[in-house]
Amino acid sequence: MSRSIIELRDVTMKYRITNERIETLKEFIIKRLKREVQYTDFYALQNLSLSVHEGERLAIIGHNGAGKSTLLKLISGVIEPTSGEIIVEGQISPLLELGAGFDDEFTGYENIYLNGAILGKSKSFLDSKLKKIVDFADLGQFINVPIKNYSSGMRAKLGFAIAAEIESEILIIDEILGVGDESFRKKSSDKIRELMGEGRTIILVSHDLSQVEQIADRVLWLEKGKIRKIGSPGEICAVYREAMSVTN
Amino acid sequence: MKHIKQFKKYFYLLTILVKRDIKKKYKGSILGILWSLLSPLVQLVLLTIIFSTLFNTSIENFPLYVIVARLIFEFFSTATNSAMYSIIESADLLKKVYIPKFIITLSRVLSNFIILMISLIDLLIIMLVTKADFSITLLLLPIYLFFLLLFTIGICYILATVATFFRDIVHLYSVFIMMLMFASAIFYPADIVPQKYFFILELNPVYRFIASCREIVVGVMPGISDFFVCLLLGVGTLILGSIIFESKQNKLISRI
Repeated sequence: MSRSIIELRDVTMKYRITNERIETLKEFIIKRLKREVQYTDFYALQNLSLSVHEGERLAIIGHNGAGKSTLLKLISGVIEPTSGEIIVEGQISPLLELGAGFDDEFTGYENIYLNGAILGKSKSFLDSKLKKIVDFADLGQFINVPIKNYSSGMRAKLGFAIAAEIESEILIIDEILGVGDESFRKKSSDKIRELMGEGRTIILVSHDLSQVEQIADRVLWLEKGKIRKIGSPGEICAVYREAMSVTN
Repeated sequence: MKHIKQFKKYFYLLTILVKRDIKKKYKGSILGILWSLLSPLVQLVLLTIIFSTLFNTSIENFPLYVIVARLIFEFFSTATNSAMYSIIESADLLKKVYIPKFIITLSRVLSNFIILMISLIDLLIIMLVTKADFSITLLLLPIYLFFLLLFTIGICYILATVATFFRDIVHLYSVFIMMLMFASAIFYPADIVPQKYFFILELNPVYRFIASCREIVVGVMPGISDFFVCLLLGVGTLILGSIIFESKQNKLISRI
């Protein structure tokens, strides 16, 4: 087996939920004085250990609130775990929500540079990728127009094109394969297959089990912040389907 | 070490953010950045007329006296104000992608500093119009402005952190900045402040920068102690701000 590219050791993510959200200093002082600040602890993830190998395609499934998004955020470094350790070797391209880093006033071109820079890329690198991204997004004249005039499908196309062409070692996909029109959908799944062929590590969160079976080579089933099961797609998806049909 | 590496990696992002910030500020105005040059000058003409006719000011070169203070104070107040919102306003982005947060706050300060640099043209215009002497001490100006930059970055880190936790700081700060303005002797001579209240000016870091820069533009060498005060204010505040920002930055995400 190749080296592990993502390593989670005993990771716990605890959210402290104040029963009332305190947003001002005044409230904080008053509540503190009256000793009214109460917290409830909520464990989004509990003692999770996991290692993802280079070139692996891991799918994460589970109910809403099982901790899938928290896990993705931890891996991409947006949040830090309450305890435990996360080691990621390599550049991550998050597709958490396509075009999260877009500026509405900027044109498509400018947003390619902005988004690339947000992912930590240099200008010269982006210059070299520009043509590929523009071709893949296939927006025609719209690439020169501020993206506030884009349709949501067009934004998604541009976002996907940037994330796919930026050549990061790890690609995080959170339910995005349904974006754009029919032809773009086909193009994007072809692209994902191409990236799979290049040995890129892919982490996919999806509720679409047939998609999971198509793409993933390992499936992680999260439940209430813990690993319920981890294994081959065929095995896990079968058990998962069964469990779903029982609860339904 | 980690920060230097991050700074290098995200340097290009920093340049984009700074440019965007400047561009946004002048969006939709025909004169664009010229506004930054014109508005202090217009204000200055007004102030000069008012103060030299009505109040008979004792200051020798009143326009020069005011412009130095105004430029410095304007930089400090707009930079801190905009940096205070930096984390809150970038919530959408920060919740989705990892970016070192200090880059965002820093970009706000730097864009305002660039505007300050451009506004120095005003200073030049005033010096030419009032036929002031160009003394060798002017070479010190960049050094003092650099200390001012460090000081402001430090303050901005602190404000960005605190404002994210407690939103009402934003309102308190607007009152505070007005008090600070009056305590900075911008358009009145500092020596009209009674001796027993003079400590207020002395304790006001922004006034320390203003006072030193005023000496510089009229050809007086600031005292060595003033130099160290400004140096310490700059470096000290930057270090303090960085520590505060760094220690709280992981908690910021849950507050936005």
